[in-house]
Parts: sequence; structure tokens; C-alpha cells
Amino acid sequence: METVPKLGNNVPPKKDKLQGKKKKPRRYWEEETTQTAAGASPGPPRKRKRNRELRPQKPKNTHSTKKSRISKKPQVPKKPRERRSPGPQRSLSGAQDPFTGPAPVPVEVVQKFCRIDKSKKLPRSETKIRSRLEAAEAQEEEISVKAARSELLLAEEPGFLEGEDGEDTAKIRQADIVEAVDVASAAKHFDLNLRQFGPYRLNYSRTGRHLAFGGRRGHVAALDWVTKKLMCEINVMEAVRDIRFLHSEALLAVAQNRWLHIYDNQGIELHCIRRCDRITQLEFLPFHFLLATASETGFLTYLDVSVGKIVAALNARAGRLNIMTQNPYNAVIHLGHSNGTVSLWSPAMKEPLAKILCHRGGVRAVAVDSTGTHMATSGLDHQLKIFDLRGTFQPLSARTLPQGAGHLAFSQRGLLAAGTGDVVNIWAGQGKASPPSLEQPYLTHRLLGHVHGLQFCPFEDVLGVGHSGGITSMLVPGAAEPNFDGLESNPYRSRKQRQEWEVKALLEKVPAELICLDPRALAEVDVISLEQEEKERLERLGYNPDTKPPFQPKPKQKGRSSTASLVKRKRKVMDEEHRDKVRQSLEQQPQKQEKAKPMGARPSALDRFVR
Amino acid sequence: MSSSRAAESLLALNQQEELEDLPREYPLSTSEDEGDSDGERKHQKLLEAISSLDGKNRRKLAERSEASLKVSEFSVSSEGSGEKLVLSDLLEPVKTSSSLAAVKKQLNRVKSKKTVELPLHREEIERARTPLEQEIFNLLHKNKQPVTDPLLTPMEKASLKAMSLEEVKMRRAELQRARALQSYYEARARREKKIKSKKYHKLLKKGKAKQALKEFEKLRKVNPAAALEELEKLEKARMMERMSLKHQNSGKWAKSKAVMAKYDLEARQAMQEQLARNKELMQKIQVASESAEEEGGAEEEGEPFVPDVVNEVQVKADRPNPWMFRNHSGDTKEAEVQGDPEELAEPAAQEAPESEEEGPVVAEEILLKEFEERRSLRQKSGLNQIAKPVGSQEAKDLSSQEVLSELRALSQKLNRESHQSRKQELSSTRTVLAVQREEPAGEEEEPLLLQRPERARTLDELEELGKEGCFQNKELPRVAVEGQQLERNPSNHLGVPKEKKRKEQMIDLQNLLTTKSPSMKSLAVPTTVEELEDEERDQRQMIKEAFAGDDVIRDFLKEKREAVEASKPKDVDLTLPGWGEWGGVGLKPSAKKRRRFLVKAPEGPPRKDKNLPNVILNEKRNIHAVAHQVRMLPYPFTHHQQFERTIQTPIGSTWNTQRSFQKLTMPKVVTKPGHIIKPIKAEDVGYRSSSRSDLSVVQRNPKRLSIRHKKQLKKISVD
Repeated sequence: METVPKLGNNVPPKKDKLQGKKKKPRRYWEEETTQTAAGASPGPPRKRKRNRELRPQKPKNTHSTKKSRISKKPQVPKKPRERRSPGPQRSLSGAQDPFTGPAPVPVEVVQKFCRIDKSKKLPRSETKIRSRLEAAEAQEEEISVKAARSELLLAEEPGFLEGEDGEDTAKIRQADIVEAVDVASAAKHFDLNLRQFGPYRLNYSRTGRHLAFGGRRGHVAALDWVTKKLMCEINVMEAVRDIRFLHSEALLAVAQNRWLHIYDNQGIELHCIRRCDRITQLEFLPFHFLLATASETGFLTYLDVSVGKIVAALNARAGRLNIMTQNPYNAVIHLGHSNGTVSLWSPAMKEPLAKILCHRGGVRAVAVDSTGTHMATSGLDHQLKIFDLRGTFQPLSARTLPQGAGHLAFSQRGLLAAGTGDVVNIWAGQGKASPPSLEQPYLTHRLLGHVHGLQFCPFEDVLGVGHSGGITSMLVPGAAEPNFDGLESNPYRSRKQRQEWEVKALLEKVPAELICLDPRALAEVDVISLEQEEKERLERLGYNPDTKPPFQPKPKQKGRSSTASLVKRKRKVMDEEHRDKVRQSLEQQPQKQEKAKPMGARPSALDRFVR
Repeated sequence: MSSSRAAESLLALNQQEELEDLPREYPLSTSEDEGDSDGERKHQKLLEAISSLDGKNRRKLAERSEASLKVSEFSVSSEGSGEKLVLSDLLEPVKTSSSLAAVKKQLNRVKSKKTVELPLHREEIERARTPLEQEIFNLLHKNKQPVTDPLLTPMEKASLKAMSLEEVKMRRAELQRARALQSYYEARARREKKIKSKKYHKLLKKGKAKQALKEFEKLRKVNPAAALEELEKLEKARMMERMSLKHQNSGKWAKSKAVMAKYDLEARQAMQEQLARNKELMQKIQVASESAEEEGGAEEEGEPFVPDVVNEVQVKADRPNPWMFRNHSGDTKEAEVQGDPEELAEPAAQEAPESEEEGPVVAEEILLKEFEERRSLRQKSGLNQIAKPVGSQEAKDLSSQEVLSELRALSQKLNRESHQSRKQELSSTRTVLAVQREEPAGEEEEPLLLQRPERARTLDELEELGKEGCFQNKELPRVAVEGQQLERNPSNHLGVPKEKKRKEQMIDLQNLLTTKSPSMKSLAVPTTVEELEDEERDQRQMIKEAFAGDDVIRDFLKEKREAVEASKPKDVDLTLPGWGEWGGVGLKPSAKKRRRFLVKAPEGPPRKDKNLPNVILNEKRNIHAVAHQVRMLPYPFTHHQQFERTIQTPIGSTWNTQRSFQKLTMPKVVTKPGHIIKPIKAEDVGYRSSSRSDLSVVQRNPKRLSIRHKKQLKKISVD
């Protein structure tokens, strides 16, 4: 669901000087109160410039003499003015306002914020209900226009890479990109040479500011990767299977050889969770505060990190689990199995929500994009497939890779990275919601060792790759969301802000049992219980109170209330009702005919013998 | 003439009855010495009486007071004419009228029923017809001469039975002696019974047992049939024991002993003895236990084959007793149980060593014969069955080993031949993959793939093999077998439509998974690919993947089918077995009853994954999430969709701008804390109820106005 763009707390709101421009509704106490300050309305960001500097892909910066990579600003087709007052209004100065009325809003953007599903046809409703519905629709319209207007605050645009005419972007090496971008962005490309402690797994924090990595041979470290300031570095003296930040960068979960350990950002062990043993993969669901762990014993365990309780331990009944990913859209966990299936899990259900047969061999890697519409899988049959997760679960595209992808990752804007051996391939789609087209790789990069972990950094055009030779941070223009939500995940937040955010996030924690395939199911009525209750009510009462009682003609005076006339009147009403029914059925019939038509191409005389 | 004859015969009958002293129940036992004029009437009466014996005809016989020749419609009378009616005359219709049909039928029935004939039959044979005959007859009866077999008269018999005096004396002495002996024996038994020494009784019992055994053996040698009867007796005793609770420590005595048993050693022993007796009686009798062979049998790894020939040989001499044939599995089990030599002390087991002498020789012969037959059968049918490891129970025996090796060689040869032939058949149709699978494999890979020497070619064959209780099939999962089979004959004729349907779906899924996707050309080829470049390994890997893939699809389809089955609403079977029917073990309620009491579950909505072959969607309700949903429609809404539309827009600050969030969450009534809210007055609303109140308002208003005015004036003055 689209959230409304907001700016961070670090941006102080501009003082609104224009006061009383819009008349406030009069309140009954206002005669005795003094004028209060008007509500702080978010103003345009002041520090826009700094933000701009963070992007390596700014169009102005990416210009290079060697190769022209021209980035074009995607033109949002502006809709012609929505409303315009018919006559030009004159101000005090006598100058004419060339842009009268409120600023126009592009329809597409408004559409993005509309949530009422109008595709479903409603049953005929009474006026009272209709007025309610109209009110709801009007409200939605108003809200979405407001939200669309605030899109103005999203000043940043995603970067991209474009070759010269006919040039393949995949041929552009990292060195070229680094050369082209500004110094700050160039600093984001680096290699950590850590050959000693084996292949590395890595994880970025939700704000994208911090990086944690753990080597197979026990090396665990966390650092602020932008400033390269090391937070902690320890050796746990045990094999490290996976590593993951919890809700903030202050807590770190490490899946070690036997048990799950939790460290703080100083490297101090806070907890050793022995109920989660032999963990192979970790996944953190930020809105539910759940740490999902997949174990060698075949159990998928959900640990609530806010209260420290195990919410659910589900037996997947599919042997060793070592492929896991989460769907950021609905917090469903995807598990890949050796029999070629991917199963979707929720802590509320003991059985998988869905099972999808994806490959003929075992599944090697699974990734789900941020909108929750596409899932990429790679299997032992060397195929890379992209599935549609919106109900059909059918493959949209498939490609055979020379040696199958062992690791997959989606970026915030839908770029797909696949690690095959010691090579990383990245594919890009047309837009944010479109699946990556597997025709041509967008970027390719060869690493020093075999890929062991892949993750795109949130809000930075960076792909982190953990491999047997250490860590590589690649520049991938256009990978990340350029605008961050300052209240939600602010890379520049201070400690205080983080603490405040933590409290708010805990207050807004979503219960674990609400995880299901369709997160909007909560806005639906529980039809089964509704019907059940209705039925019980009918049984209790013995009749249906909602049904209209049969028409009983009123007795009339002056001899007009003869039996014959009563019957006649009754008959009239009955006929009227019958006509209504017929009319309704006639209205429905053409739809049926339309449905029936395409069935048979041309009616034949012999059709009557067909059974 | 005929009537007089009938009368005569009846008379004769009367006499005879008198002679034989029958009970006089017949009404015709009146005096015979009356006039001829009366005779006719009497005869008629007699006839009536006889015919009235048969209950049905009673109505027909109407009493006639006057003589008439006229034959009425309802009753036939032959009084005046004096001639007998012949049935056939009556049967022929005078006119062809349909009204006579009923009469005809009745007559027919009368004709078919010979009511009084049967008891008279025997007498009729030996009736005396002439006066001479009658005389002789009377004479014979007076002397109690037997009429039918005149060998010895009773008198003669009695005279024959009479003995001489000496004989009688001898006889009496004999009887006396026997009686004395009996009393002696009884006294002795009573005495012995009174002896309380346990040892004595034990010895006695043992001695008796030995004696019985000896006698039994003797009997076996002399008269095997009698021995068998003895055995049957034992068997019967066992049956009785199994039926009764006699020796199961459940009687009154046993219960009293059980109370004492804790403290009394003897009581305990007694109880144990009783139990031992029970056990002994319950022991199954061994007819023949060839210890050597059974040991061999026991050593085999669970091979349920022990030659039954031994038993057969023994039984051959006697009549075939079905109880003597025991199934082989039971035999082996017993043999295993009966490993210890203690149980050989059992009476029946003692006969074993004798039968051993002749046993093996015959057994071998029969075994060889069997082998020959089987071999020939196999060669004929060409259906190369698995060689049953039959001969293995005589592993030591050289000859049988030879046979075994021969058999194995034969089966292998046959397999190879069939294998080659099949190869030739299928080589054209088979895909490249299959060829690759087979050719490099050769003989060494075959067992890995198939786990058994031959392969089923058709479904029927496969089923047959399954029925045979396949020995080696157990290692292979059934699905895999099917898979082989299906792959082996792609053009197989699957007659069953269900099978076909399933296959279609599978093909669909396979298409989905095996559509050739264009291979990616990457600029940077992973280094490891170059290492793996050699083609052979690549092919090997491809084969492996193909293998894995088949199982994956099949497993998934199976899983989906199971899921669909599990989610279907189940029919409720309300049949009570035995309700309204005959009871007993193994009875099933009739199909009609089952149909009647089967509550069919309503068909649920179609599954969401009905048209998605590669997906299993869970149709279960997430009750935890449902608890958070709305389950009551608020007032104006009549349909849930209407209400859903009004709650679809989120109101949280996450999804809205600050302004719209505030607006959405603004309460309907805004109050300021601490401010007093005065109650509403009628005037505030502009409510005018009547002219009177109106007046009052008018009256009051100027007052209020004046007060307010005064206040203001005060303020002004203060200022």
C-alpha cells in the first residue's frame, strides 16, 4: 500500500507565516481564547541539497566526458488544469493571477492513492446507504488528492544507467561508474578483503546506514558503512550461518552453529536462544517484530523479539530448510525446498498458505520484490523464473542461466540481482512495479570469490555482496528508492530519534496472527460468521424481521371497503411487485447472453442433437 | 361293476383294519351284516364321508332326499344311473363353454390330489381278492405268520433264543465275575484316590503318560488310522480346553487358593500346576517336526517357504485330513518357537525321528519336480518371473544348489534377451534422454535403476506383480515404479479414462515446468562453468536432473490430490452395523442400507487452485485473523460489500497526510476541557410548541434583554 511521502524529523518545519488565509471553523470557546498557532504543516525540505549529494546517480554528476550517459528526467504527463475559475480574478495590486485556483494534480498520482476497489459491483442499495457510499468516495477522493499533492515533497529522482546508442550497459564496469560519479558516491564502492574467515553473509539495517556481516569461520562485525566507522568486531569461535539486524541497528541476531545468539552493537552477547537451534537462515519482519528462523531440523520458528516469546514453531515437513525469504508486502515467509516447491508460511497457520511447484530440481534461491507482486526463483535445473504472486502464481518469464543462480535479491525499485558462482548479474525492469526483463542484464560484475550473500542496500544505490573473499559493495544506479520516509526509516536519525521511533514502532506493532496472503483482508467483513449469526438470529426469532410483511389493505369508509375492492387493491400491489421482479430479471438477462455468445462460434442446425 | 369292486375293496380294507387293531376313528366301522338295499345308500354315504375327509369338497356334497336323474349345475350325482363317473368324461366339455373352465380346473386339482391313496397303498398290494385268498390270509394272521418275508415266525425265533441250562449257568458265572471285578476296581480306585502323597500321584501320572505314549506308538505302527483318531482326540481335548475356563485359575477353588497363595507355597504350586495343565492342553500337537529341515528353514532370512511335502508324505497313507495341512508361514513360526528340545517331550513330537528317514528323499524328489515344472512354465509363457528362492532351505544340499544356480542363470539370460528385444522395439520412439540413460548404464547401472531383474511392460503386468506380493519391489517406491513404466512406453494404451485425465493434467504441468527457456548469455561466465565444460559430466548431470524432475512432478500431483481430498467435505455414514440385520462376525451392512444412511456432504465452492496445476492453496480459514474482522453489519448497510467500501480507506497517519489524518480522525463533537456546556433550551433550537409558550418567550425576552443591557451598561461605566 502506498504510504504518503513524509519528511524526516531532522527537517524542521517551516513557520507558516500566512495565517488566517483560510478561515478556520468557528468554535464555541473561541470568543475567550486567544489565537493559537496554526498547525505545523510540512514545508519543503531545506536540506534538499545534502540529500542530493548522497545520490551517486544525479544527472548532473553522472555526466562524464568519456561516455555520455544522459539521464532523462522521466516526464510525468501533467494533466491539463483540473479546475480553473472562469473569470480572471484581480488582486489588490491589480495584477492578474495567471494560475488561479488550486494547483492541478496529475491523475495517475491520485489514482495511486485511491484504495476503494470499484471493480466489484454492488447490490442495489437504498438512498441512505448510497449517500454513505458517496460520502466515503468523496472522502477518499479528497484524501488522495491531498496525498498526491504532497508528492511534490519527493524531490529526489532515481538514478539510472544508459548506454550510448546501442551500447550494452552490462559492459560498463564498476570502475567506469566509480569514475563517473561524484566523490561521495564513489566512496560507496569498496571491497573488504577478508580471506581468512571464509564466505560471508551480510545484512543492511532497515535504514540502510549500517552493515553487519558474519563469516563462516566465526567473524562477526557491524559497521556504519557510509562513514566506515566500525561498531563492533568479534569472533564467536563458531560457525556463523546467517546474520541479521533486528528492528534497529542496536541489536544483531547471529545464527551460529548450535544456537541463535543476539548481540548488541558493542558486540556483547545479550541472549542465547537455545530453543532455536541449528538455524540456517534468518529473516526479520519489522512491523511484527518477528524474527523468523529456518532450521536444519525442518522447523520454521517465529520469535517475537519485543517480548522474547516464540510465537510459532512450524514443522515444514520438507527436511532441511536452507532457503528462506520474506515477502515485504504481506510478511509471508517463503521457503524453498529440495523437491522444487516454494511454500508460503504464516505463523497463524500450521500448514503452508500455498505451495508452488517452481522447478523440476530443487530450489536454490528465492527472492520477493518489495511490492510483493513478483517472486524470483532459481533451481537446480539452472533456470531462473519470475512468478506472479497476485493470486495466479504462474511464471511470467524464465531463463536458463549457464550455471544456475545460487543467490537472488530484489532491490527496492525492482532490480533483480543473481549470484552465479563468482559473477553477479543484475536485471532491470521498465518501472518500479514491472518485473525485471531477463532479456539483457543491466549490470554484470565479477567478484574475487564465490557469492555467498546478496542484499541491496535500502535507500542507497548499492548492492552488497558477501563472498568467499570478503565483502564487495557495488554501485547499481537506480536500485534504491530515492526518497526515504523520515519518520519510518531515516538514515540520518540521531540516537534520540531512534529511541522515539522505537517506542512508536512498538506501539504500532502488528499482531503476528494477522499475517496472511492478502494484508487487506482486515478491511473485509467476516462473511461466514456474519451469515452464521444471521442464521442463528432467524432461528431464535422464528421469522425474518427484515422481510416486508405482506400487504394488508387499509379499511376504508363509506362502503368502499367491500371485499371485492380489498382483493382488487391487494392484487394491484402484488402485480406491481411481480412487475418489479420481471424488470430485474430482464436487466440481468443481457449479461447472461453476452456470456453465452462466445461459447459457440456459430449455431448449427445439428446442435440440437449434441448432448 | 366298478362301484361294486370299490365296495369290495373297502370291505376288505375294513377287515384288515380290524385285524391290525387300528384305532376306530373311521366312521365306516359299522356293522356289515345289512341288506343290499341299504348297501347302495351306505356306499354312497361312505363315499361322502371319504370325500368329506378332504375339507375343500365338503360344500359340494348337497343332501338329496329324492331320487332324480337330473344333474344339477352345482352338484354331480350318479345316484340313479348307478354308473361311476369317469374324470375324463367330465373333463371333456359338452359344449365349448368357458363357464366350465373353473370346474375343469377344480377337477384337475382333485385328480392330481390322491388324498387317501397313500396310507392304503401297502394294504392294497397284499389284499386278498378271492375268498380262498381271504381264508388263507386269515389263517396266516391267526398264526402270526409274517406276510412279507416268511423266514422265521416269532415263535420259532423265541424257541431259537432259548438256551441250554449249562450255558445259562456259565453266563451267570461270567456276569458275576465281571461284577466282582468291577467292584474290586472301584474299591481300588477309591483307595488310590484317598492316597494323599503327591509324589505317588506324580509318578502315577508319568507312568500313565509313558504308557499312553507307548501304546500310541504301537498303534501307529499297527494301525495308523487309529493313531490318527487318537490324535484327533487330543486335538478335541485341546479345543475343549480352549473353550472352557477349567484350568485358568478362575474357579472357586482357584480363587480360594489365590487368597492363600501369598503365604502358602503349596497353594502357589497348585495354581501353577493348574496353569501348566492348561498350557499343556492348549499346546498344538505337532504331527511331524523334521528338526534338521526346520532348522534350515529357520535360518533363512524370513523366507516363508518350508516344504510341505513332508506333511504330505505322512498324510498320504491316510485320508486327506484338511486340518493336517498347515500353511507354511505358521509352520516356520512354530519351528522357531519350538527351538528348545524340551518341548519335544510332547507326545506328538516323539514321532519325528521315524518320519525323518523317509522324509528328505521324497522331499528332494518332489522339489526337483517342482523346479522342472516351473522352469518349463517360465519358458513357455515367456513372462520371466522372478525366480523364487525356493531351494534355499536346503542350502547344504548340493543338488538343490545346482538347481538354484541353474535357475538364476536362466532367469538372467531371459532378462537379457527381453531387455535387448525391448531396446530394439523402443529405440525408434525413445527420446534421446532415455537412450542416454540406458546405454552408458549397461549392466552395472541396471540394478540401481530398477532394483529387479525384469521390468513390467504394461499396467496389467505391473499390477500382477504387485499382487504377487513382490519380494524385491518393497525397496522401490510405487511411484517410482510407475514412473519407469510410464516412461518406458510413451505410446502406451492407457485404457482407463481416469488415468488418462490425470496424465493430461500432468502433461500440462510438465509443459509448464519444462518449457525450454532461452538460455542467458552472460558477458562474464562464472569461472566454475569452464571447469565443468566436459560434455560427459554435463550429460550425466542432465540425466540426473531429468530423473529428479519426474519424481518432483508426480509427488506434487499426489500431494495436491491428497490436499484436495482432505479439504473436501466428508460424507457422514450413519449406518450401524448389525442394526436390523443378522449379527455375527464379518457381516457387512447391505449396500441399500448403507446408501440410505449415508448423509452426503454438500459440494463446497470450487477450489481456488482448480485451474492452477502447479499450486496448492490452503483453503483453511485463518481463525486468528478472522477474530480481528468485523462480523456485524452496522445499521444502514444491508450487504457486506457496501460496508466494506466505506472502510477501505485507511485513516492512519502512515497512509495519509497530516491534514487529512486530522480531518479523518476528528471527533463529531469537539469540546474543550473545563468549559461548562449549558443544556439546550427550546429557544436555542427555534422550537415553538404553541402560542402560549410563544407569548411567554415574548414576555420573557424583554426582561433578559434588559438584564443584559444593564450588565453592559455597568461594564461600560466601570471602564
